Amino acid sequence: MKSDLNDPNEIKINQMLSEPSTPGQIKLSLQSEDLERHSPLVTFLNIFQKYSMIISLIVVMLIFGIMTNGVLLAPRNISNLIFQNSFIAILAVGMLICILTGGNIDLSVGSIVGFIGALAGHLMIVEKYPVFISIVICLIAGIGIGIWQGFWIAYIGIPPFITTLAGQLVFRGLTLVILNGLTLAPFPDKFLGLSTGFIPDFFAVGDLNGTALVVGVAAVIAFLGIKIFGRINKINKGYETGNPILFAINLIVISGALLLATFTLAQYRGIPTVLIILAIIVLIYSILTSMTAPGRYLYALGGNEKAARLSGINTKKVMFFAYTNMAFLAAVAGLVFAARLNSASPSAGQNNELDAIASCFIGGASAYGGIGTVGGVLIGAAFMGVVNNGMSILGFEQAAQQVVKGLVLLFFVALDVMTKKKSK
Amino acid sequence: MSRTLLEMKNITKLFPGVRALDNVNIDVKEGEVHAIVGENGAGKSTLMNVLSGVYPYGSYEGTITYDGEECRFSKIRDSEKLGIVIIHQELALVPYLTIGENIFLGNERSNASFINWDATFHEADELLRKVGLLENSRTLIKDISVGKQQLVEIAKALGKNVRLLILDEPTASLNDVDSRKLLDLILLLKKEAGITSIIISHKLEEINYVADRITILRDGSTIETLDKAADDISEPRIVRGMVGREMVDRYPQRNVAIGNECFSVSNWTVRHPVFLDRLVVKNASFNVRQGEIVGFAGLMGAGRSELAKSIFGRAYGHYISGTIFKNGAEIALPSIRRAIENGIAYITEDRKGDGLILSESITENITLAKMDKVTSGIFVDKDLERQSALDYRDKLRIKTPSVEQKVGNLSGGNQQKVLVSKWMFTDPDVLFLDEPTRGIDVGAKYEIYTIMNNLAAAGKAVIMISSDLQEVLGMCDRIYVMYEGRIIGELPREEASQEVIMSLILLASKGA
Repeated sequence: MKSDLNDPNEIKINQMLSEPSTPGQIKLSLQSEDLERHSPLVTFLNIFQKYSMIISLIVVMLIFGIMTNGVLLAPRNISNLIFQNSFIAILAVGMLICILTGGNIDLSVGSIVGFIGALAGHLMIVEKYPVFISIVICLIAGIGIGIWQGFWIAYIGIPPFITTLAGQLVFRGLTLVILNGLTLAPFPDKFLGLSTGFIPDFFAVGDLNGTALVVGVAAVIAFLGIKIFGRINKINKGYETGNPILFAINLIVISGALLLATFTLAQYRGIPTVLIILAIIVLIYSILTSMTAPGRYLYALGGNEKAARLSGINTKKVMFFAYTNMAFLAAVAGLVFAARLNSASPSAGQNNELDAIASCFIGGASAYGGIGTVGGVLIGAAFMGVVNNGMSILGFEQAAQQVVKGLVLLFFVALDVMTKKKSK
Repeated sequence: MSRTLLEMKNITKLFPGVRALDNVNIDVKEGEVHAIVGENGAGKSTLMNVLSGVYPYGSYEGTITYDGEECRFSKIRDSEKLGIVIIHQELALVPYLTIGENIFLGNERSNASFINWDATFHEADELLRKVGLLENSRTLIKDISVGKQQLVEIAKALGKNVRLLILDEPTASLNDVDSRKLLDLILLLKKEAGITSIIISHKLEEINYVADRITILRDGSTIETLDKAADDISEPRIVRGMVGREMVDRYPQRNVAIGNECFSVSNWTVRHPVFLDRLVVKNASFNVRQGEIVGFAGLMGAGRSELAKSIFGRAYGHYISGTIFKNGAEIALPSIRRAIENGIAYITEDRKGDGLILSESITENITLAKMDKVTSGIFVDKDLERQSALDYRDKLRIKTPSVEQKVGNLSGGNQQKVLVSKWMFTDPDVLFLDEPTRGIDVGAKYEIYTIMNNLAAAGKAVIMISSDLQEVLGMCDRIYVMYEGRIIGELPREEASQEVIMSLILLASKGA
């Protein structure tokens, strides 16, 4: 661990600076704007702002649950929800990284999803390549697309909006070229397991899937352990910690939700494989954004690009990473989606970029960059998924669904903007 | 005694948890220049926002009486209708529109729904003449200097038939010459057109020059109103009112212990990043010794910031040539990262624009420029990071409830301290401080000066760029004077004075 505090020179500064100043020095009282005392109203707004996404998700699940007579929350449908929306969540995580760099979005991901699906179809169905090799080629192709777009954006300075709009057209076009305008199907069974399969059950508990129960309970215990020990640790080190009652409520709600989800999944066929893929991605990107220096640079770039550059951060490299990563995750999502549909179709992935972008903003990412978390985006994606799925069950037409989705997005961003204004 | 034009009575304005204004009383007489002074956070800007209708009637307590009638403004337009115009510190001009379009923005000269361009530019030219600005009103705003833009703002106010002109820190980004011009214009408008002005400023010598009466605010309350004709309005007297006690020295004492030369630059030439034929810095050479504070004086646009930025890892300019020596050895600084690694720090003049990330915490800002000090592998050691932030909070007396506080919530002076902390954290040997006390109050200035002295005492080489000549004279051991990209003089502390520096600049401007 490098630390300057042992450097004699630095200690000298420490001493110099902590010495009292000359008598002419005036001491200022705390200024009002520095104090930030919290009135009940502000506290309430803060709490609401912090938890508004999760509250909304619960409310919308309850509403649709009641309206669909419980069908939405039925075990089978919960599995379905996960199958339908995992790939959107994967895209949304990548989109968050782009948005963090300054509200930049990637319009090409839907086309990349289609393109990678087509490539996978061509390799596995037409060329009969082994599944594993095909997957590797597809992922490399995704990174290649990312390097291509990242190069134009970061090193040539073409606005991401334009570069990825071009990408949207180019990769949709290439999808059609590969597929000759036709749909390829079916994929080998081994590939389908990626998306539609379940983790095999090692021991059933009555009618319930034992593996799912064990994994779920273990996850809850791990979650509680990390949170509680983290808090004790923080208190010991003198960090500011939030309200203990809120903390407890937070723990109870999240563990409760996890247990409920586990129980529901256990009632059907257990843990979908794709949930594991999603969990790994979420874990990696949560750590990246919250615990690492490169993650910090993402937020810095979005918070103030000039300041980030003057701090010696290679802003071009950060930008390049964001877009390369986005295309890589789009390739992962493309594979998951193709496996779910069990076909490679020319229109696969159309408009998916919009769902991913909407998930980010519903999940609390700032349209100007620098603000947003992976957890929030996950909730945003779940929210979109529940709304989509609920409307489908209720038999809403496609047209009506689009209107509702548009209004939901507008409502949430408006809510965010307005609560921020109030708390000022 | 002239009559009262404006009276604000018992104004109280609450923000959630904060009493920003507490029973403030102020009266402004017709035809006077009334200054409002106070430290950052004293409530000056809030008071003006109440007056101009930014905070609508009902969101504050108290009464506003203007021209004998009680006013209840619900928006800025309401106050503008009565001739109350506020010019904010951050100018509200559209860079890619012409001067004329800006002057009549929201107040267009038109026939029916169509803009009358002849009238627009003709009347704009007339207004420009009134404010003494020799520019064509068809020039784009982005092509004129900040000083001139300030005059355009005043012309814009005149176009709205202003009776009460409110100027919030009008000279904050102007050099001495332009500041004086602006102040003279305010006096001229008072004399010729009978325009009443309220001026908010941190620069006490300006207030002395221009104001008839001075109201002092402290912690959201009116402390007193001084009358030029009747009271002592010397700087120490005003400062006493502002800070609530006597302030002996404006610049802290220090024991100068100058060591060996540790940093020098020779024949440094920088081209403008866009207009490549323009030399922004011409053949500049200078040196700094350990423990020395060296000042760079000059007019706005003399190339001082550009000189510093281009040295700092080529953060500015194109086709940079020249050599840099540190401790006798030549070093190359092709990137900002390399500059930081070589112990060079540049503390920007624009702390909000390119210095700090306002949406992030104090901790995150302080460690940003040298993350490898608090990371192992790619993982941030948050305990170590927080400890470093706590150290700097204590060392530099950053007033904040916690280091997790977002920097955007701090006052200007405290933001500046975070910025200085950020660069001290990089363990620099050579620090460039660009306008380190701009827009911060007297008390915070003193603290920044103390920090600079302590840095020098610890053997660092400190280079200060400042447009405030008194500050340069008060703080520096040696002063370089720049004019249009060239270093035109080097003065030891003993030989330097405001007159000598200005005459050097004047001489250079005459083409010597």
